[in-house]
Order: sequence, then C-alpha cells, then structure tokens
Amino acid sequence: MIAMQTLTQRLANPTRFMQLSGRLLPWIAGLAGVLLAVGLFMAFTAPLDYQQGHAAKIMFVHVPSAWLAMAGYTLVAASSFGLLVFRHPLADVSAKAAAPIGAAFTFLCLVTGSLWGKPMWGTFWVWDPRLTSVLILFFLYLGLIALRSSIEDEALAAKLTAVLALVGIVMLPVIKFSVEWNSLHQPASVMRLGAPTIHASLLRPLLVMAVGLTALFAALHLKAMRNEILRRRVKALRTVEVEDAGGLAGQPAE
Amino acid sequence: MDLGPHAGFIWAAYGVVAVVLAALVAWLVLDGRRQQQLIDELEARGIRRRSQHDGAPRQSSD
Repeated sequence: MIAMQTLTQRLANPTRFMQLSGRLLPWIAGLAGVLLAVGLFMAFTAPLDYQQGHAAKIMFVHVPSAWLAMAGYTLVAASSFGLLVFRHPLADVSAKAAAPIGAAFTFLCLVTGSLWGKPMWGTFWVWDPRLTSVLILFFLYLGLIALRSSIEDEALAAKLTAVLALVGIVMLPVIKFSVEWNSLHQPASVMRLGAPTIHASLLRPLLVMAVGLTALFAALHLKAMRNEILRRRVKALRTVEVEDAGGLAGQPAE
Repeated sequence: MDLGPHAGFIWAAYGVVAVVLAALVAWLVLDGRRQQQLIDELEARGIRRRSQHDGAPRQSSD
C-alpha cells in the first residue's frame, strides 16, 4: 500500500510521468503486438465449437471488448475518484484519456455482438437487458466526452465530468448481473464462481487475445495521457505568450 | 480459409475491430505529433513555461 502510494506520488509530477511512460510505452505496445499476433493465430486454428462451428471465433474479439468496455469505465471512475478526493494532478488526465478508448471498445463489443447474434439468434439486435445496458454504457461514455467538450473552463469540466463518471458506475453491476434477468445473452462462462465452463482449447486463445487487447488498451491509454499532457503544455505556453505580449504592450515607452 | 456459412459475419467482426483499433492508433500518433510540433514552434519563438525560466522562482501575477 505504501509502495503504491509512493508510486502514485512519484507519478504526480507530469515531467516524471512523461519520462517513465516514454520508456514503458514501446515495450507495452510491442507486447500487445506479439500477443495479438499469437492470439489471432490460436483463434483461427482453434477447434470448432460443437454447437456454433466457426461463428464462435467472433467470441475471441467480442468477449475481450466487453471486458475492456467495463474495465475502461472502471478506470474512468477510479481516475475521477482520484481527482475529486485526492486531487491527484494526473487523475483528470487519466480520466479524459480513457473515455474515448473505452467508448471505442464498447462500440466494438456492440458491433461484434450484433455480428455474432445474427447467425446464432437470427437477429442483429434485441432489447435484452445485457445488450441494452451495454448500449447505455456506450451513451454514458459519449455523454462524458460531450459534457467535457461543452464546458470551456477545464477545471469545472473536469469536476462535472468526474461526478457524472462516478454516478454512472452503477451501470457496471447492472451489466454484470443483467444476464440473469430473463436475458437472451448467455451467462458468464469465464469470470464466474467455480471453474470456467468453456473448453480449454477455446479458453486459451480467448485469454491470449484478452491479455493482448488489454496491453493494447494500456498502450493507447498511456499515449493518450502523454498527448493530453502535451496539449496542456501547449495551452500553458500560449498563456505565457499572451501574458508576455500584454506585459510588453502595457509597459510605458522610455 | 474456409470459415463455413457464417464467414461473412466472422470477417466483418474481425474487420471492424481492425479498422477501429487502427483508427484509434493513427489518431493518437498524429495527435501526439501535432502537439509536439506546436510545442516546438512556440519554444522556437523563445516562449518557455514559467518553471523553465532560468530556474527563477515564479513571480506572482498580481
């Protein structure tokens, strides 16, 4: 706990964060690339599912997207908590950076789910508790992005977005347990109490793809945080430029 | 590769994942380059952040 606190305190300095993230980013991105290449090979050489045949291959991108949609929102909410409670200087940078990436994975979850649903259920979409709650999560992400961009005062935008993100966390247990509410969607087969119900030959590529996409998410998040820090530096430099110009203009001629 | 009668759905699912993730990577790389370019331009004009001014303590604006 103390070690974790020391790490977060050390990372509170954006310059130190830029140095550390600059060193880590190529390794995380490289790891993601290798894992995704191996995962795709395993996915396309995995044995056929006895019921769904080849269509079960969609699971290898759909399920990790769903996990990362929820993990991304957890990251946004935890960062928002860090901003509102601890006022950590990088908390808002993290929350802002994670929102579009989480939204992208939620979109992928919805689209790949539809493409899996059509051959298996006979329909692209049904107003089922699981599908509907994930659609609400997608709109929640879009709401966070829209709210932030609609307020010019960055500090105010950060606080209001953080409050909305914390309120929206109620969607995560709703999504998790919605499969038990008369849902067409199958219940959890990996993240459940007891052993996974999925066969090991399909579980292995699924886990490799999940770890690979998680590494990609981490790399994208680090890169987005670095971009946001640079954007804030640009803003600070422009402010200095305007202040210097104003100071010179206001000086009496000698 | 024969993916059976649902091949179109499978390729479409993997295709949309590839396109969205590639777009996300491209957006972030280009945005990072753009921000760094803006910083370089501003610094080339002699503008420095207050904390970079010869190590001098930041003066109050009032």
